[in-house]
Amino acid sequence: MIGKETTAGRATKFTFLGLWLIFSLFPLYWITVTSLKAPGDIFAFPIAYWPERFSLENYQGLFGTADFGTYLVNSLVVATVAGLVATAISTLSAYVLARFEFRTKSALLMAALVTQMIPSFIALGPLYLLMTDLRLVDNRFGLILVYIAVCVPFCTVMLRGFFANVPDALEEAAMIDGLSRLGALVRVLLPVMRPGIVAAFIFNFVNCWNELFLSVTLMNSDGNKTVPTALNGFISSFNIDWGSMSAAAVLTILPTMVLFAFASRHIVQGLTSGAVKG
Amino acid sequence: MSTTSTRDVRKAPPARKGGAPPTRTGRRREFTTRRGLVIAAFMAPAAVFVAVFTYYPMIAGSQMAFRNWNLTDLTDTSWVGLKNFREVFTDPAWGTVLDNTLLWVVGSIVPQLVIGFAIALWLRRRFPFRGLYQALIFFPWAISGFLIGILFRWLFNSEFGVVNDLLQKAGIIDEPIAWLADPQTAMIAVLIANVWYGVTFFAIMILAALQSIPDELYEAAALDGASRTRTLFQITIPYIRTTLALTVLLRVIWIFNFPDLIFGMTGGGPNNETHIVTTWMIKITQQGDYGKASALGLLVVAILLVFAVFFLMATRERTAAARGSGKRGART
Repeated sequence: MIGKETTAGRATKFTFLGLWLIFSLFPLYWITVTSLKAPGDIFAFPIAYWPERFSLENYQGLFGTADFGTYLVNSLVVATVAGLVATAISTLSAYVLARFEFRTKSALLMAALVTQMIPSFIALGPLYLLMTDLRLVDNRFGLILVYIAVCVPFCTVMLRGFFANVPDALEEAAMIDGLSRLGALVRVLLPVMRPGIVAAFIFNFVNCWNELFLSVTLMNSDGNKTVPTALNGFISSFNIDWGSMSAAAVLTILPTMVLFAFASRHIVQGLTSGAVKG
Repeated sequence: MSTTSTRDVRKAPPARKGGAPPTRTGRRREFTTRRGLVIAAFMAPAAVFVAVFTYYPMIAGSQMAFRNWNLTDLTDTSWVGLKNFREVFTDPAWGTVLDNTLLWVVGSIVPQLVIGFAIALWLRRRFPFRGLYQALIFFPWAISGFLIGILFRWLFNSEFGVVNDLLQKAGIIDEPIAWLADPQTAMIAVLIANVWYGVTFFAIMILAALQSIPDELYEAAALDGASRTRTLFQITIPYIRTTLALTVLLRVIWIFNFPDLIFGMTGGGPNNETHIVTTWMIKITQQGDYGKASALGLLVVAILLVFAVFFLMATRERTAAARGSGKRGART
């Protein structure tokens, strides 16, 4: 591995890596090509790997007959606000968990882990009743509150890994200079950790943007639907309209891919720092 | 594990300048109280959100497992003991669901681990555009499991699906296969989709662990004339054993709890033959039988807890053995 690579070894390596790249990207290519075909051409033989004529009809249909613009705005608002608040809250808890030793610490970390272990469907019924009591069913604010709670545990663990990489001498110096702990955190630590925090926000945003089951449960009216809920609506009927579906899928995937491309290095770092360092 | 709260005086806020130096015990107590306040204040928002919107519904949902809780008739939600569990075990679908779940977890994890490991080994050495390559194969991770199910549902479409078309062009099959109409081929299709999605996670976790192995170890192995295979099994794998074990454990938990992909791709069909425990739970929830669904949920938690404990015990023993023979685990 670290010694010399043989030519045959290199050939095998790049062949496999190349094949995996094609396999990884092909489904994304395919859904994009499908979405750009004229609706009739999607179901035409022989299957065309490159559209004979490009058409935006599927996209026009989404914004004309279906109210996809509204769903996009709903998802954007909910994911942005929930992502931002969850990141802010998790920054505080991650900071404490990274910098202090205290008795309940391992219990708190365990509590965060347990949230990942329990199937979310066990909570859906009571959550619906709770939100009804709070008059927050079918309400974007209510969905935001729930999404914050969904994001916080994993985001805290992720950010804790980033804090561990910053020497604590930094904020100690700031506090000796007269800043409060919160002041030191905000003015000294956060600027240093900006890439990690941006990655955490993007991770939260993408999770909320993609979330289906809670949104289906809590959002009833058409005007409040988020994108995944709308996609689910496309398949509840027996036949899937693959033209609209592919266009909607592309519009759903595109923003998250752009964000991931932007931050993938830091997300990778955030995912690995916890597990590798232990 | 448990650390006394005074141990960490170093990290407590320093005393204000100019004040008279307090006595040692007095200063400690002041630090302890202030530390406690800081910890409580910083933890509070996270704790409140998770307690109200995650833990409360989970606990309330758990006790439904022991009640007659059906949305179709809420007049009688009395305590029924283990009746819901008995209903799960006597359901004719239960056997299939268990088999499918096992197949789903093992059939996803093994290829993900093997391919992810290979990719990580191949990515260890720098090559042109390696960063770009990593970013590109990371893309599946940005997509929701539900949408992945839909993407592959279209790829595996029996009439207009590109998979059939490619296989026919390659001469592997003569007639199009109705992938999602037959339980067996449908399970193969959902497994392929999950492998597509999950390899990246293994690759990045293992790559990070590989990069923690000091080059000297490999140099020493090369000097001793160790073969590539021997190096892999006697240096690389023992060194990253802890990361491997933790990653596998995490993935087993996630994949077990990952109904999204199957929900989007087959919806459990055809004929409810591709349900895993969690998609079956969705179906029962949609039928309104919250009691039975809840019982299923508790069974999932129980299975995962037992698995986690045994898995950790087994891997910890082996890691300890590896340490004893002079090799260090990746976890330092």
